[in-house]
Amino acid sequence: MDKIVRVNMSDLTTRMEAVPSEWAGLGGRALTSAIVAAEVIPTCHPLGENNKLVFAPGLLSGTTAANSGRFSAGAKSPLTGTIKESNAGGTAAQMFARLGIKALIIEGLPRGDSWYGLRVNKDGVSIAEETELIGKGNFAVVEALEARLGKKCGVLTIGPAGEMRMLSANISVKDSDSKLRSHGRGGLGAVMGSKRIKFIAIDDSGAAGITLADPEKFKAAARTFARALIEHPATGEGLPTFGTAEMVNIVNAAGGLPTRNFTYGRFEKHENISGETLRDTIIARGGSPKHGCQPGCIIQCSQVYNDKDGKYVTSGFEYETIEMLGANACIGDLDVIARADHLMDDIGVDSIETAVAIGVAMEAGVLPFGDGEGVLRLLREEIGAGTPLGRILGSGAGNVGRAYGVTRVPVVKNQAIPAYDPRSIKGIGITYATSTMGADHTSGYAVGTNLMGVGGGIVDPLKKEGQVELSRHLQIITVMLDSVGLCLFIGFPAADIPTCVPALIDMLNARFGLELTPEWIGGLGVTTLKTERAFNIAAGFTNKDDRLPEFFREPVAPHNAVWDFSGEEIDEFWNF
Amino acid sequence: MRVTVNLYATFRSGRFEQELRDFPLGTMLREVVAAVGIAESEIGMSLVNGCHAPMERALRDGDSIYLFPLLGGG
Ligand code: SF4
Repeated sequence: MDKIVRVNMSDLTTRMEAVPSEWAGLGGRALTSAIVAAEVIPTCHPLGENNKLVFAPGLLSGTTAANSGRFSAGAKSPLTGTIKESNAGGTAAQMFARLGIKALIIEGLPRGDSWYGLRVNKDGVSIAEETELIGKGNFAVVEALEARLGKKCGVLTIGPAGEMRMLSANISVKDSDSKLRSHGRGGLGAVMGSKRIKFIAIDDSGAAGITLADPEKFKAAARTFARALIEHPATGEGLPTFGTAEMVNIVNAAGGLPTRNFTYGRFEKHENISGETLRDTIIARGGSPKHGCQPGCIIQCSQVYNDKDGKYVTSGFEYETIEMLGANACIGDLDVIARADHLMDDIGVDSIETAVAIGVAMEAGVLPFGDGEGVLRLLREEIGAGTPLGRILGSGAGNVGRAYGVTRVPVVKNQAIPAYDPRSIKGIGITYATSTMGADHTSGYAVGTNLMGVGGGIVDPLKKEGQVELSRHLQIITVMLDSVGLCLFIGFPAADIPTCVPALIDMLNARFGLELTPEWIGGLGVTTLKTERAFNIAAGFTNKDDRLPEFFREPVAPHNAVWDFSGEEIDEFWNF
Repeated sequence: MRVTVNLYATFRSGRFEQELRDFPLGTMLREVVAAVGIAESEIGMSLVNGCHAPMERALRDGDSIYLFPLLGGG
């Protein structure tokens, strides 16, 4: 029987509860958002005792469904003040699902200065005081826990940034290679740090495992689903070959590549940081151009990047990080960016928020644009050490802008805008503006349709027509992906390969013995988005917060594109 | 007239990254694609001067052409 596991850090007690019927059909983001909306006071301080940190695997996590092992973390975000769901790969979702844990809810705050570690296993969850690993980086935590508990243990951990409750702190998840994936966005690592939990170790030995309502039907549907993923050129060929960094040249050609803190839309050294160059470099150095962030990923957009001597530097080297440090901070050197990526993972800061914050700091004159060694120093000696400058940088792009009086600060609801300029790719601008999460490209990835015509043809990225409808449609679908435990890229075959969505619905029905139809997707998306928005409104947000920063009214080369949506046009988004 | 042709991802294998090419004035994008040996069905995104352009686009001197296979996202 699936259960909810609850940890109260105020009195250091734990308990197991039956799953209330209204949550039974939910998973991943739909569930974390429903729980946060039901149990967290919207006006609470995100780092205070009334916030709760919720983890939930996707509905299909733990099954053999391809790419279904994403793990959702939810809370009120200390970075944005909104509701937050951030999902990641790694092994935790599948372990939780096998243990029958529908959600882990962590509430309250401990008194005193002690730190704790949680252990989740077939008997539930236990709390133990922790001293040895406090102050340690995420890689050291994973290594130490494997030594204590065995190589197979799952790990959720925060680095020094989370301990210091920095607003860009993330929560790392161990992957199958004992490396890290991250619940990156929104500062959830600070929430975990506020509850003084350094790590959550997971042991799924003796777990009951998953019982399928109809194993034969599931198997057939899972096969059709996997075939759809392989058939689509993006998930079958593009992503496995070039990784997400394939977007560097695409977005540069289209004139939407944020460069020099969003001053230009193209970067002259784009080839230095392109997916093509990344692939050639990885192969020449004996790394791996294909790698999955979770067991069961058949797309493998991740990779293992080595240095010149063939030594491991980083994995999960994403377009966003490469672009924001490479072009937006003008570093233009994959080796330096890879080292920065590794440092950010170890310290435990979101690589998007931090990279954008560095761009703003460069504009402020804290260091020159292009100063890669300077960035490594800031990460190591300032952010990692928690100096006053490090704390400002670790508070995210918006706060760096405030501290230094910069006006070109790319944030929405105080969360950094990632690596697509919304002036030249307008659909993603609507997503940045309206997402319940603050600026977040993954909550409605309009870039695929704007640039490559995913889902039935190109919606011209430079025109306003159709963008609000596009973003709304994508945000609704994405809730489903985030709730089933699927990675974002399933959105491509789901939009283009007719067998994909029916197979997905068949898998859900065969897993749970349900009779869902594809209409279920829309219902789940609409309900979840409205629940999240109601939380934000109760927390004090209005439609005026669904706006891009003023500087996007300035034209950006090469198209001299401007952000020209009126407030009323943006507000149409919520008309459903 | 002279145009710049930029190829990306798998289109580069056995071809080139960037080349200046001469064509008669008014050549259509489709003819350039054929001239570099790419099947139209393989094209995921075709841009002229950074903007989406259909295969029937009549090219002008100095145009920059960008051709991508079907790729994915970030
Ligand atoms: S495609 Fe990429 S993001 Fe999706 S599951 Fe695989 S490695 Fe993770």
